[in-house]
Amino acid sequence: MQRLWLLAPLLIFLLLAVLFYGSLGKDPEYLPSALIGRPLPEFQLPTLEADDSHLGRAALIGDVALLNVWASWCYACRIEHPFLEKIANDYHVPLFGLNYKNDPDKARAWLARYGNPYRLSLIDRDGRLGIDLGVAGAPETFVFDADGVIHYRHIGIIDQSVWDDTLWPLINRLRGDRE
Amino acid sequence: MSNTIPTVTRLLFLLVLMVGLPGQLAAQGPQGAVMPLEFDSPDQRARYQQLSEVLRCPMCQNQNLSGSNAGIAGDLRRELHRLIMEGQSNQEILDFMQSRYGNFILYDPPLDRQTVLLWLAPALLLGVGLAFIWRIGRKRSGTAMELDDESRARARRLLEQTSARSGSE
Repeated sequence: MQRLWLLAPLLIFLLLAVLFYGSLGKDPEYLPSALIGRPLPEFQLPTLEADDSHLGRAALIGDVALLNVWASWCYACRIEHPFLEKIANDYHVPLFGLNYKNDPDKARAWLARYGNPYRLSLIDRDGRLGIDLGVAGAPETFVFDADGVIHYRHIGIIDQSVWDDTLWPLINRLRGDRE
Repeated sequence: MSNTIPTVTRLLFLLVLMVGLPGQLAAQGPQGAVMPLEFDSPDQRARYQQLSEVLRCPMCQNQNLSGSNAGIAGDLRRELHRLIMEGQSNQEILDFMQSRYGNFILYDPPLDRQTVLLWLAPALLLGVGLAFIWRIGRKRSGTAMELDDESRARARRLLEQTSARSGSE
């Protein structure tokens, strides 16, 4: 018993060492979304394609799909953009855009210049839908299922490794659940 | 190494640090407050101030809504203002924020399965520390008391042995 007490500082040290070592690779900016397992929030927003008519959440629902938060002022979005084209064209996953706090004319010019991988882009001029989604910035991407339930949020750029490791397996699993 | 820097220089450096600190704090405080916001009552204004202090900016981990310049912090301050003007209670507003941004947005997170370690760790560590001190204290005072006749005799024998040996050399 006496000797056990002498070991206490060492044990505490080892415990902390394991805890800290385990946290070394973790991204301190990573935040799990509070919306996982919840349906997409309701909204009524115009789109870049037709800004005189408003769409609701029903327009996005029906398939396992992605909702990508982007803006022409967002530099990282431009880096991510070629891979989004790949998702739409090669992987055939429906991709919707949320044009976040952006001038619609600048956003349209951006799409004309770099290409448009989105089925449609909702115009969230003041970021209200962004707040309902718990968005902190762009780019962010949500994965939702055929019923419109959110299953995952990715913060930052989607690249091949994020896609291969996380998003694509998840999408396939969600598609499998449906059948 | 420390001898290469004269003490006077080090003291001056410390002084500069200490003088700089309150200035920084003062500069951070009013940023959120200078926004010309309309309220119906001083109570609403006070609640806005209070809530923007206890809500954390999702983009900048160590700042609250009132202290952050980030775009999202501005949006959330606007949202906070709207909710107060709509007549929502403090709890309703905190729930609104938490349902969208999770516990992260609360500087005072609730006690649940995810945060139980966070909440209990200080008490736990204090307990371990106190137990340790108590243990050491008991042992110290214990050794002086536990000297019985037998060990006294043994100590005397040992002392005599060593003094006899040093005497022979």
